[in-house]
Amino acid sequence: MASSTLTPPPAAARARRTGSARPGRRGIARWAVPLAPAVLLLIMFVAGPIVWSVWAAFTNAALTGAAAANTEFVGFENFQNLLADPAVWNATVLTLIFLFGSAIVGQNLLGLALALLMQRRNRVTRAFVSTVVVGAWVLPETVTAFTWAAFLGREGSLNTALAALGLPPQNWMYAAPIFAVILANIWKGTAFSMMVYSAALQEVPPDLKESARVDGASGVQTLRHVTLPLIRRSILTNLILITLQTLQVFTLIYIMTGGGPGTRSETLPVLMYEQAFDFGHLGYGTAIALVLLAVAGLVSAVYVRALRAEGSV
Amino acid sequence: MSETAQSKAAPPGAPERPAGAAPPPGGSGAAPAGYRPAERSPLAVLTAPGRIAARAAANAVLIVIALAFLVPLLWLLFASVDPAAGMSVRFPEAPSLENFAAVLTTDITFRPLWNGLLLSGGSSLIAVAVATLAAYPLSRYNLRFKRPFLYTVLFTTGLPLTAIMVPVYGVFVQADLIDNQFATMLFMAATSLPFAIWLIKNFMDGVPISLEEAAWVDGASSWDALRLLVVPLMLPGMAVVAVFTFVQSWGNFFVPFILLLTPEYMPASVTIYTFFGQHGAVIYGQLAAFSLVYTVPAAALWLIASRAMGGAFAFGGALKG
Repeated sequence: MASSTLTPPPAAARARRTGSARPGRRGIARWAVPLAPAVLLLIMFVAGPIVWSVWAAFTNAALTGAAAANTEFVGFENFQNLLADPAVWNATVLTLIFLFGSAIVGQNLLGLALALLMQRRNRVTRAFVSTVVVGAWVLPETVTAFTWAAFLGREGSLNTALAALGLPPQNWMYAAPIFAVILANIWKGTAFSMMVYSAALQEVPPDLKESARVDGASGVQTLRHVTLPLIRRSILTNLILITLQTLQVFTLIYIMTGGGPGTRSETLPVLMYEQAFDFGHLGYGTAIALVLLAVAGLVSAVYVRALRAEGSV
Repeated sequence: MSETAQSKAAPPGAPERPAGAAPPPGGSGAAPAGYRPAERSPLAVLTAPGRIAARAAANAVLIVIALAFLVPLLWLLFASVDPAAGMSVRFPEAPSLENFAAVLTTDITFRPLWNGLLLSGGSSLIAVAVATLAAYPLSRYNLRFKRPFLYTVLFTTGLPLTAIMVPVYGVFVQADLIDNQFATMLFMAATSLPFAIWLIKNFMDGVPISLEEAAWVDGASSWDALRLLVVPLMLPGMAVVAVFTFVQSWGNFFVPFILLLTPEYMPASVTIYTFFGQHGAVIYGQLAAFSLVYTVPAAALWLIASRAMGGAFAFGGALKG
């Protein structure tokens, strides 16, 4: 049904092109008018700023001072500074650690594990686990940040638990800031992976698993050779989507640690913010933003290709 | 959409449950230790005790993970009714609604919530209306640029909002739109558009075209067809998209934080930071109470919408169409 509505039968299309059975307006207007508001909004607020950023990244645009009054073209200076700036390398490494720790390993594996474990559990267990995990997910990011700042704080719940075990308390946001924000982001985002995988696992025909079992495969073997290959599309989709989400995490880190102490949890979005708005180097901040955009653009292009290969577009 | 709902309702648990759950009780009850005579499948014997152990282990692991997830949530709930709340989770000694009374003022709660409603509600209504218009030609006509356009839309859903905020700020400064609530609302609508167009176009593809063809023959315009035939049929889908874009904007901190200046314009996502984050001593009970007041409307809407989409709404599935 979907395909027939996607592309109306050629006869109908021809009839429409000749205009016989077609509604009043002809030609361009019939699609241009309804598309116009969307295209205008997207050009003004999304495409426009991206084009502007390509321009600004080659200038010394600034919020204050001489450069704010007369912005000059500086060529590749911002990008040269970028490559030579240890803060950028530090932020790149931290962004990668954050991405791998919280999304690719943390959310992804924990989400998959939860989805697998929940498959055969009774209703009560499933309801309890999914309510709690999804509950963490529906909290707004600012609330998550404050909740985790409290949880990991010096007098926080984690230290209370550690003290009960006889372990020394830490101020986790100072002692291990990147670890702290990774934990918070795992907590926040795991529900997404769990939901994607739960849906995917429901599509796996149970008889395939059963016959693998009958053939003597262990649980792990069934998982590895039957279940995982069958849901590999969902795994790819999930990895791409959580990568895109995690690359741009700003609020959680900004509120929990502010990128500190020092620059020990300063990922690229936080560095970008600091450069552009705290130091007023709009051009430099834009250059960092462009790098982020380029990386995310690549990942997003992979996503589009993957879906196209699947034939969903 | 109906497909997801069906597949959710009928097949998943049903065929699997008997197959998975039946053997262990029979196997364990009938053949305790060493007794394995007439079992046909060697598997049942080999795995029966193992399965029970595995099931217990799985349950234990699940419960431990869930408890770990629960503690921060419990802190939020307990602290909100505990005037003496600290950082650590504990059951309130003298529970009271004092914290709520303290934060339910115009400055702290009502104006920020109203601002958030204005920004998120306005932007989600604009996004859904504009996306529905745009989805019509994309769903109904054979257009040469349709596929590239849809690819571009899909591609745009992946672009990080955070990264375009610096250039957006630059453009807003030059256009003198900084601290303008309406412009901020339009910007938020524009950023939710790709997602909204994508979903609504997919919903629209599910509405049969035959009715409209009949209407066209009778001389109705596309506008009439959209308004009188298509929209009424896909109102639930549009509502779901509206809720998702609303919840997204409701939680968005960065956009209003950058584009607005006047404290009286700020939505709750920002004021929670300006009230509680920037002052030295945080009153945790009030922070928690405010967090709940701010979270509950959006969370409730989200839960209703995802139920409507069929249980645990899979974003992956929705994005895939």
